[in-house]
Amino acid sequence: MSSQYDADELGYFGESWGGRFMPEALVAALDELTEAWQQAMADPEFVASFEKICSEYAGTPSLLYHAERLSKQVGARVLLKREDLNHTGAHKVRNVLGQALLTKRMGKTRVIAETGAGQHGVASATAAAYFDLDCTVYMGAVDTRRQALNVARMQLLGAKVIPVDSGSATLKDAINEALRDWVASVDHTAYLFGTAAGPHPFPSMVRDFTRGIGDEARAQCLEQYGALPDAIAACVGGGSNAIGLFTAFLEDESVQIYGFEPGGDGVETGRHAATIHAGESGVLHGARTYVLQDEDGQTIESHSISAGLDYPGVGPQHAHLAATGRATYLPVTDAEAMDALALLSRTEGIIPAIESAHALHGGLELARRLGEEKGPDATVIINLSGRGDKDMGTAIEWFGLGEAEIDQ
Amino acid sequence: MSASTAFAKARAEGRAALVGYLPAGFPSVEGSIEAMRVMVEAGCDVIEIGLPYSDPVMDGPTIQAAAQQALEGGIRTKDVLRVVEAVAATGTPTLVMTYWNPVERYGVERFAADLASAGGAGLITPDLTPDSAAGWIAAADQHDLDKVFLVAPSSTPERIAMTTAACRGFVYATAVMGVTGARTSTSDLAGPLVERTRAATELPIGVGLGVSNGDQAAEIAAYADGVIVGSAFVRTLLDHEGDLAAGLAALRTLTEDLAGGVRRG
Repeated sequence: MSSQYDADELGYFGESWGGRFMPEALVAALDELTEAWQQAMADPEFVASFEKICSEYAGTPSLLYHAERLSKQVGARVLLKREDLNHTGAHKVRNVLGQALLTKRMGKTRVIAETGAGQHGVASATAAAYFDLDCTVYMGAVDTRRQALNVARMQLLGAKVIPVDSGSATLKDAINEALRDWVASVDHTAYLFGTAAGPHPFPSMVRDFTRGIGDEARAQCLEQYGALPDAIAACVGGGSNAIGLFTAFLEDESVQIYGFEPGGDGVETGRHAATIHAGESGVLHGARTYVLQDEDGQTIESHSISAGLDYPGVGPQHAHLAATGRATYLPVTDAEAMDALALLSRTEGIIPAIESAHALHGGLELARRLGEEKGPDATVIINLSGRGDKDMGTAIEWFGLGEAEIDQ
Repeated sequence: MSASTAFAKARAEGRAALVGYLPAGFPSVEGSIEAMRVMVEAGCDVIEIGLPYSDPVMDGPTIQAAAQQALEGGIRTKDVLRVVEAVAATGTPTLVMTYWNPVERYGVERFAADLASAGGAGLITPDLTPDSAAGWIAAADQHDLDKVFLVAPSSTPERIAMTTAACRGFVYATAVMGVTGARTSTSDLAGPLVERTRAATELPIGVGLGVSNGDQAAEIAAYADGVIVGSAFVRTLLDHEGDLAAGLAALRTLTEDLAGGVRRG
């Protein structure tokens, strides 16, 4: 079932996005992984066990929830894909369960992962515990301090967390360090890549494991409302939740597709992580994609209030979807995302992850516009990719919360 | 001048060639030129100039630290080409070892042209394999530059054949499965890899990753055409941070030890 949106056999989306720019030492492993993944996806037994684990352990299909109060506010139907209700609190569990199941099938005994905020690290540690695999998670030293609670979670789940001091000591450096580990351990170790980026086959494989989000949402929307949505929206850091939502809708030409990138303090300030919007073509972490880089091709440090979106690259399929115009990518600032976070909390009683709040802000703007154009039946699906518990520290600081009010 | 000339000369003398690496701009642009001149004087047959990059996934802590220091010092790609020009002027074949993005960003064709006019011999590309390198291969061929790709212990026979067929100058055999960095013992993966590579090509084969002294160099020189040393040179300069004269003296001593090693093998 290949389409114009799929990668070719070398992992290129379109002419030049993606591919595999990796040390020769890892090529054999990437070839082995490619073959194992393709065989697994063609094996009904593998697909059935993946679906079974997702439903019985992770709690999928996630709900497609009609947010009625929000819908009234914007004058269009707003549907939230509740990935925040999955086990571990985000869409990422789908990806790690898929990759860990594949690891077992390949007979490897150890997994490594990189993590920014800690969500993918926690999900990886969870999958490793579930499948009885050794797990090492690389995390930027700056992030281990920002996200101490997630470090503790990973440790409780049995994973070893290694702080990375090199470079900017954040997500991109954690990826570098995980790749360095992998070069030396590849015979028995699988790299559970956390997003739909990196060298072939990761962008396509991660899409396969996360595409359930969109497959479910499409079927749910048709069943509940008898029609496809007018638009869908997701946040894009590396882009795994977005590609997971988008894939099922790529061939539905009537459905507008929007990715919302972390605009940080505002793209014009230079302090942002809006890679597609403001980056340029380059090669980072094994794929050709949009990269935040200087004139010499040195990676520029990104900035976002959301550690999970704070990445100077983006999955190559998103680069292709942007370049072809099939999807539109727009920046959402820290402040806009935090406003949306507060709005959803107070309007629907759902505290979203700050990542998801970017999609929420952008999706609500979109819904407002579509409502004006098409009336209140205009429908927008927004991927609520994760829950906000992990972000309470940031919320406390941003909104000045945490002191009980004294009644005088 | 192709690196193959240096390998041929070493072979004619019945020994292996010594290939020395340092990042450009470490400890400074001028300091790196001085250091590489010392390495040439003391016995390096080929110089590899590292182009410092923000995300060096194949490098261990030593080279990472040096590259970061060079970047913090403000090194630019055009400065790297200036270092190439100064080192190539010694008459020693001088290659650039670089991750791919800086070249793509500079413009592949433009980089090849500027490298050639600086007197550079070619490129070593640790994260670019020939199957992803059509643009670079075309530009290198046009400008008569060496294309040094890597083979690894994990490479299949098919990939070794494909890789060596695309190489010019020499073939870079990575002796260990792991990142750069000095190791206390040489790898037992190197010998079999060289043997498999030799079966696929007439090109000289250099072995790198982990060599730090003359005895290790001698061990590798027994079966390889070249011994590639990087982290040990960098370490030497790092150990004398702030005192370039002492660093250069130590660099000379190390180079002489290694040059002795490649003559014992």
